[in-house]
Amino acid sequence: MSVLVDDDTRVVVQGITGGEGKFHAEQMIEYGTNVVAGAVPGRGGQEAAGVPVYDTVQQAVEEENADTSVIFVPPAFAGDAIFEALDADLDLAVAITEGVPTQDMAKVNKRLTETDTRLIGPNCPGLITPGEAKLGILPGNIFAEGNVGLVSRSGTLTYQVVDNLTQRGIGQTTAIGIGGDPIIGTDFVDALELFENDPATEAIVMCGEIGGEDEEEAAAFIDEHVDTPVAGFIAGRTAPPGKRMGHAGAIVSGSGTGTAESKISALNDAGVPVGDTPEEVADHIEEFLS
Amino acid sequence: MKLHEYQAKQVFADAGIPTPASQLASDVDGAVTAAEEIGYPVAIKAQVQVGGRGKAGGIKLVEDGAEAREAADAILGMDLKGYRVDRVLVEEAVDFTNELYVGITMDRGEGKPVAMVSTRGGVNIEEVAEEDPDAIAREHVDPSFGMHPYQARKAVYDAGVDRAVARDVSNVLMTLYELWESRDGADAEINPLMVTSDDEVIAADAVMNIDEDALFRQPELAEMEEEAAGGDELEQKADEYDFDYVRLEGNVGIIGNGAGLVMTTLDLVDYYGGKPANFLDVGGGAKAARIANALDMVFSDDNVESVVFNIFGGITRGDEVAKGINEALEQFDEIPKPVVVRLAGTNWEEGMEILNEDLVTVEETLEDAVQRAVEYAGEVSEQ
Repeated sequence: MSVLVDDDTRVVVQGITGGEGKFHAEQMIEYGTNVVAGAVPGRGGQEAAGVPVYDTVQQAVEEENADTSVIFVPPAFAGDAIFEALDADLDLAVAITEGVPTQDMAKVNKRLTETDTRLIGPNCPGLITPGEAKLGILPGNIFAEGNVGLVSRSGTLTYQVVDNLTQRGIGQTTAIGIGGDPIIGTDFVDALELFENDPATEAIVMCGEIGGEDEEEAAAFIDEHVDTPVAGFIAGRTAPPGKRMGHAGAIVSGSGTGTAESKISALNDAGVPVGDTPEEVADHIEEFLS
Repeated sequence: MKLHEYQAKQVFADAGIPTPASQLASDVDGAVTAAEEIGYPVAIKAQVQVGGRGKAGGIKLVEDGAEAREAADAILGMDLKGYRVDRVLVEEAVDFTNELYVGITMDRGEGKPVAMVSTRGGVNIEEVAEEDPDAIAREHVDPSFGMHPYQARKAVYDAGVDRAVARDVSNVLMTLYELWESRDGADAEINPLMVTSDDEVIAADAVMNIDEDALFRQPELAEMEEEAAGGDELEQKADEYDFDYVRLEGNVGIIGNGAGLVMTTLDLVDYYGGKPANFLDVGGGAKAARIANALDMVFSDDNVESVVFNIFGGITRGDEVAKGINEALEQFDEIPKPVVVRLAGTNWEEGMEILNEDLVTVEETLEDAVQRAVEYAGEVSEQ
């Protein structure tokens, strides 16, 4: 089973003629993802990564029945590209681009309330249903089919934790990287809800980090609505206040909110064990599944 | 990117927000001349990017030329929380009856801008927010429409601002929002917005943080950033190399790819009893030269006793990382500090074949790599 994506998903890649777009479109196809088109303004009629390119996302929807977009558009144009995906009435849009201006995302966030399209990202690695499809830049070979759902704000941390799981023979239903920016589409609560409703997902890993209050909100949601066992990890315990740790969202504010401690204790209170190391997270999951 | 006070004030003044008369000076004579021209009393204010300048002796109110000379001499060249003061703003001292706070920021929880007004200006507004949240009136703004004038008025009346100045304060708040929006602000604040006995309002301080990701469309402000550069030498170097870097106080240097994984590596160093010296994210897809620069960065920190590389390749390729490590280390007759390498993910096997294992210690797992680096740092410091 899968969450959000499977081998029927029909993908259009926005920015498919760029270096990143082309490389990862090829990688996605190689993994088995059903990439049906590219969309690049001015490149309509060309071909890239073996699929036809259209000038607009709307054309890719009309001609190829695309229902999902993966966006590899440079930051200056990414906000506009996300708007285009939302206005084309797709089911899902996944924005990989890092460094999208926050005000652009605030406008996108407003539009999200007016459409039925789900957005993942930006500044995220995408998502993968092992054995079926991957949308984005995740290295497919470390994932395995299985029954654990994973949601994470960080790309490389996702890889680390998945590796810890796969090495022990624990596979994944779907892994979703939601991105480390202050304003994102799908958040922890949305992803947890998807996994809770997925009969194949028997345990969930949630990887958070310092900054913001999304993990605290997720903890409250787990307490109320999630029966599937969840194990957590929070990055940034050693981060000093006021310093931005790479991710635009990963900053501990001066007044003590958004710290690793507050997130860990909120999760613990909701019955979620939080590992001190990625290895410990895998220990918890192993216990849940045994 | 945070503008200096004098830069933010210029931006605000150009947009029509009233600011006190002021001049920038970089030496004592210049400061005294500026003070004479503006007319006493004046405030002499250190232009460095640190909070609490007043308490730390970086702001002085002076009444005459002798005091101005003494104050400028004391402030220029002083070390303010690790920053050397090389410029002061000489500014007309405003005689005020009240101090307000107005600010615009992004409420990330709501995903919307929020305008804030409080009659408790002139103090640390974060403390006010913590102790008495109701003392700050808040108005969320639809980012696709911008702030409506009625919203500015509402915030001002909700905050309980005196009627005599309510209209002027609303106008300041509207202008501040427009600036925040057009200049890609992260935060824009005036604290205090002083009210004079003639019921005029005047911005006695100015804070403007710009969204770094939007600097490409703010060329004028991006230039200011260069001018404003300063602070920790290593953090400046990281800017030149374009790394996400934060200097910390420990002795285990840390290099990795991806913010979450690097933070996790820091946390593990701490967990295994060591102390991280830095956060350094080489970002996605780093090529060999960038990896060599990262090693150069970490070696430049005298506190570093050992280095751990933690690379989990997605976009980043293990062979490029290995090349970079070799390149950086082969130039030394003797490796200055022990380097532990953990490579996983894309092309890690190719990387392991390339990596010169005479120069580094290789560990297979994250946990082992971190423990080894902590061990090395301990051994060295005990010598």
